[in-house]
Amino acid sequence: MRDEDRGPILGLRPRRIQKTAYVHWVGKVALGKSYLCSRMKPLLAMGDGEDDFFVKEYDMSASDDEGGSDDERKHRKLLEAISSLDGKKRKKMAERSESSAQVSEFGVSSEGAGEKIHLLELMKPIKPSSSLATVKKQLNKLKTKKTVELPLSKQETQRIQREVAYEKTSKAVTKWDRVVLQNRKAEQLVFPLNQEGPSSKPIEEVLTNWKARTPLEQEIFNILHKNKQPLTDPLLTPVEEASLKAMSLEEAKLRREELQKARALQSYYESKARRERRIKSKKFHRVLKKGKQKDALKEFEELRKTNPQAALEELQKMDKTRIVERMSLKHQNSGKWAKSKVIMAKYDLEARKAMQEQLEKNKELTKKLEIVSESDDEGEPEEDTIPDFVNEVQMTKEGPNPWMSGKLSRDGKDSLAEVESQQPPVEMDEGKKSEDEEEKELSEDEMLLQEFENIRRLRKEQEGQYEQPKEEQTGCSKEIASEIVEERAAEYNLLFQRLAEQGQRSQGKRRSKELHTTSLELADNCPNGRKEQEKVDELPPVGEEGPLLMERLDRTRTIEEVGNLAGEEWADEELQPGLPAKEEQKSTEKKLTSEEPQKKNKKLIDPSAVLTVNSMLLRAPVLPTAVEEEDEREEDQKMIIQEAFAGDNVIEDFLKEKRNVQNASKPKDIDLTLPGWGEWGGTGLKLSKKKRKRFIIKAAPAPPRKDQRLPHVIINEKRDIAVAAHQVNELPFPFNNRQQFEGSIRTPIGTAWNTQRAFQKLTAPRVVTKQGHVIEPISEEDAFQKTSQKVKPAFELNPQKAQIKRARRNQPRKRTQKQRKA
Amino acid sequence: MHSLGKPSMEAQGGPEGKQEKKKKSKNVKRYWEGTLEKEPGSAAPEPKKPKEDEVAGVNVAQKRKKKKKKNRLQEQIAAPGKELISGKVDPFPGPAPVPPEKVKKFERGKKPVLSQVSNRRLKHELTTLESKVELAKKQAARFDMLLPEEAGFLEGDEGEDTCTIQQQDIAEAVDITSGSKYFNLVLNQFGPYRVNYSRNGRHLLLGGRRGHVAAIDWNSKQLTCEMNVMESVNDIRWLHTENMFAVAQKKWLYIYDNLGVELHCVKKFNDVLRLEFLPYHFLLATCSATGFLQYLDISIGKEVAAICTKSGRLDVMAQNPYNAIIHLGHHNGTVSLWSPNLREPLVKMLCHRGPVRALAIEKTGTYMATAGLDRKLKVYDIRSYKPLHTYLIPGGAGHLAFSQSGLLAAASGNVVQVYKDIHLKPPKQPYMTHALRQGVHGLQFCPYEDVLGIGHGEGFTSMLVPGAGEANFDALESNPFQSKKQRQEWEVKALLEKVQPELITLDPLKLGEVDFLTMEQKHQEKVERLGYDPLAKEKFEPKHKKKGRSSTGNLLKRKKKVAHEEQRVLIRNALQEKEEHEARQKQSEKTEIHVKKSTLDRFHK
Repeated sequence: MRDEDRGPILGLRPRRIQKTAYVHWVGKVALGKSYLCSRMKPLLAMGDGEDDFFVKEYDMSASDDEGGSDDERKHRKLLEAISSLDGKKRKKMAERSESSAQVSEFGVSSEGAGEKIHLLELMKPIKPSSSLATVKKQLNKLKTKKTVELPLSKQETQRIQREVAYEKTSKAVTKWDRVVLQNRKAEQLVFPLNQEGPSSKPIEEVLTNWKARTPLEQEIFNILHKNKQPLTDPLLTPVEEASLKAMSLEEAKLRREELQKARALQSYYESKARRERRIKSKKFHRVLKKGKQKDALKEFEELRKTNPQAALEELQKMDKTRIVERMSLKHQNSGKWAKSKVIMAKYDLEARKAMQEQLEKNKELTKKLEIVSESDDEGEPEEDTIPDFVNEVQMTKEGPNPWMSGKLSRDGKDSLAEVESQQPPVEMDEGKKSEDEEEKELSEDEMLLQEFENIRRLRKEQEGQYEQPKEEQTGCSKEIASEIVEERAAEYNLLFQRLAEQGQRSQGKRRSKELHTTSLELADNCPNGRKEQEKVDELPPVGEEGPLLMERLDRTRTIEEVGNLAGEEWADEELQPGLPAKEEQKSTEKKLTSEEPQKKNKKLIDPSAVLTVNSMLLRAPVLPTAVEEEDEREEDQKMIIQEAFAGDNVIEDFLKEKRNVQNASKPKDIDLTLPGWGEWGGTGLKLSKKKRKRFIIKAAPAPPRKDQRLPHVIINEKRDIAVAAHQVNELPFPFNNRQQFEGSIRTPIGTAWNTQRAFQKLTAPRVVTKQGHVIEPISEEDAFQKTSQKVKPAFELNPQKAQIKRARRNQPRKRTQKQRKA
Repeated sequence: MHSLGKPSMEAQGGPEGKQEKKKKSKNVKRYWEGTLEKEPGSAAPEPKKPKEDEVAGVNVAQKRKKKKKKNRLQEQIAAPGKELISGKVDPFPGPAPVPPEKVKKFERGKKPVLSQVSNRRLKHELTTLESKVELAKKQAARFDMLLPEEAGFLEGDEGEDTCTIQQQDIAEAVDITSGSKYFNLVLNQFGPYRVNYSRNGRHLLLGGRRGHVAAIDWNSKQLTCEMNVMESVNDIRWLHTENMFAVAQKKWLYIYDNLGVELHCVKKFNDVLRLEFLPYHFLLATCSATGFLQYLDISIGKEVAAICTKSGRLDVMAQNPYNAIIHLGHHNGTVSLWSPNLREPLVKMLCHRGPVRALAIEKTGTYMATAGLDRKLKVYDIRSYKPLHTYLIPGGAGHLAFSQSGLLAAASGNVVQVYKDIHLKPPKQPYMTHALRQGVHGLQFCPYEDVLGIGHGEGFTSMLVPGAGEANFDALESNPFQSKKQRQEWEVKALLEKVQPELITLDPLKLGEVDFLTMEQKHQEKVERLGYDPLAKEKFEPKHKKKGRSSTGNLLKRKKKVAHEEQRVLIRNALQEKEEHEARQKQSEKTEIHVKKSTLDRFHK
């Protein structure tokens, strides 16, 4: 690094000088840090880095043994060199790679290094005198001058020429970019390009350019003119025009001046206000505010003296502001400022004060305004207006009524305990009679509440929480103490008894269901018992439902109803009014029947099964008398239906089929076990667990079936290859999203689905050529005439939108102009 | 949908709105305006120097004129059609607005979300396409108003049920031509008749069990052909035009022309019980006593598919007009859905606890009505395969038919009952009833007519059912007043537009979907071949910024801004919805509270 800086002087014997230089440097390091630092900074700043500098130094100092007689001279030179380092121009010197005593004739020899005169030395005296600058320059030039370069090779010149030409042409071509882009974007191109179609002028334009020519027209227009009727411009009636004329110039001028003044004033005030608002000083604002307040007070005082009515109004206004403030949460210590103050308040007195102030203000604001009324007593009438129990509610936890505490639905046990602990003092405090009275009132309320509570509980328990209340019950019974509580507990007990009963009942239901399944099996075995009844009813579906219905409480009713139904169907033409309810019943029946297969495989059948839909009887004024021939063939319908339902269970079969299909579609495990390997082989032997684990590869679970939630449906999930052959299986070019492509072809474009115009637009060809016309390449004139006016595709389907687009395009430009102005 | 309405509204109020805006910008309200109480506009155009009266005045006048001209020009540009010579203003400028509900009717599928499209070119293309689609929708809605005919239904007087009205009464009350549409053909020799109307409702085909086959132009009551095939006839069906019909006879399937000449005897189709013709596919679907479902392409005379359903005798069949799927009813209470491309049923649903006796599918392919031996009539939503309503019909229904307007005819024994809106809500009573002397054997509503054709043991009855037919026919689709030439042209066109049987799927829109599985597979192969994923989303690389704004922290921040954009949108939307829902709930609660406030409410927690 140093060598480079030094320039040609040191170039003579670079090595040695270097060494000495570093020795010197080392000495300096020893001298003192401060000096070194001050000297080194510029050097280091120039250099690549400190590291290599120090490394070099080490090397040199280690190998240095030559330091001889000419030390001083060299030292001086070095100093000079270093001083010259500050110079602005430093030349890089070619690095010397080989070490030799004799340097080639083109370079410089190392001998007689000190004797040679150098340009730098010559230039030194020149430096201060500015008049010799030109000479210096010349010398500098001389120094840098080289031999004249050879002319470039043919290839190179050609390449350069090509480059330049390319740049030029590309520049020339870029102006076409927009045109090309526009044409590419255009929905339709009509060739030859610059055709002028039959331009349709807007009718108004035609009308406004129209002139009266025939005598009749002229006459009419004369009359119109005479009557001062507006002919072309309906905006200004003659009266208006007259009024416009009537205004004198002076007046107008005056008015204009006024306006100008006002405008100026306004802008002035606005700017002032803005300036003030922008001042950040809090003190300033505080002072300003206080000043304003004072002013307002003064004004108010004056007003009161002069105009009491206005003062009153003012007062009302103030009151209103107070109300507003009261409504808002401005002084509730919830703001940002207040929160910060709360934190500070511990340590800062002022902050505490400020907080207190605000609190006071808040109190002041939120305090209910005392209405100055005729009566002096304020408390009583107020209390009178409000019903008692409201006050009691406000008393909250101390109050005797735990129900009022607002913890109704939650643990009754706790509230009871609370009541226990809190009631004795209340009783002690108040007289017994009053307490009793209260109790009566309360008990009424309580009754209501309890009823509510009961209903709520019942609802909850019906949902299936039987266990909890029992626990509660036991907890409750322990803590019966006071009378009220006793009463309540009794009620609770009752309630819980009821609940327990319910629970038992539900359990019973479960049991009965279990029973029912067994009975079902029985019924399958001997289907006669029930069916005889149903035969009478002539309703075959019930035959199947028979055993089920047995378990129901309302079985008899359903059968009755069925009988009714059958009677209605076959005999009566009119229906009993109670039909809908019965139908509901029927639906419940059906639900039950659907539950039957549900038990057997819960996965398959949802509660929302198919056969649960209400079946409604459609009645008709005419009933069939003759039976179809088909029916004749299947003469005894009843028998046939019984056959159908006795032997084959349609639903069962269907479910079985569905199960089979599901199993078939499930991915199968891969079994890699070899029988007999590592264990005993033979028939009837089970695979060991270890082997099973290791050699049976479990398949991934199948994706959910489409008919998962449709118990009565089997949907085939096999792929339809025939259609797949016609489907698109690669996304066409500009699309990279399936949905986009599908969305783009979702609408039909044929005439069957569209109107003629829409069809033409949807199927308009991209390029239209006119027959018998030569299509010439686009000329510069055409393209840029157009673009200078407005770049427009050759054909626009939606001119309105294009206008909007153009307007949008213009907007940002305007903005930039504004920015420039700003 | 609201967005659809917008453009027209803009077009309406656009120019006026602009003018208002201009005015507003001119005179901003200042606080002194109230005090001066003068029109600032009148003073504004006055000249600056009043003392240079004449010359200045002229200048001013000129200026004013120029200004006026400019204004006028601007107005013309802004509001074409606003300024007439008479000075009147068009009170309803622009095209008439289309009610958004009507536009909604023509909505097809989901719009692609343009905000998610990153490719600018694609975005542009999609926006232009979307605008076209919007226009098409609006146009369609606009043209929908032009449909001239309105469908009306029979309405009884107070206390009178429509189902008690007799056919004779109706026939007497209506005009002569309509009245003539109620008639009976007494054909008591050749047993119960099957019925079929041609697609345009002009021609009627009757097939008696005992071999009597007749084709009639039923409006003019002209017999086109009549014969006895000397074999039992199970079913008959018109093919694509009234020039050909298929007859399922005792042994084989026969095809005759309109003169009764036997064209083909298709021996591949034996023991056929029911026939269905799929008009767009030119397929004749048959189901046989041997449990085979077969498809015959009548345009090329080839059997397209023969599927063994393995479920016994098949005598209940219906086609879904929406997707050309064949529904079969079985004796084990199931209904199965078939396409010719799969050997197994697409869907199998358990509908009844006894055998299925009849099936009918609504025109839109949304509802299916089934009747079983358990005397139940069920209405299903076939999109979700869920039952909507279950009815108990006295005697059970042996035949079902949906009309074009959604009326359901159910024949039980010798009584035909027509129900209105049975798929929407349970009706209290049938819309119409008609009792015949003998059991019904065939039932079909006549397309584009308010007529229900009933084939029964004693011949044929044409019953008047007001409001049954589609009031507005599309003459390009099927024209009741077709001439011979038109029919020939239509035939050629229809053959050219024939839909291949491979395209029959449960969801006919499936063709518009991308075959996702194949696409994925192909893509994976490509990735393997190339060694990288060409479609992978480019990772967001924040731009390098100078002056220390590309610090790692800043980079991270910028990356975070972009991360999970899609998810964020979803979450944002979900949150918004939730908030709205909550707000709504709160409001409803509030109103509820307002409604029932009793003295006991204070005890509520």
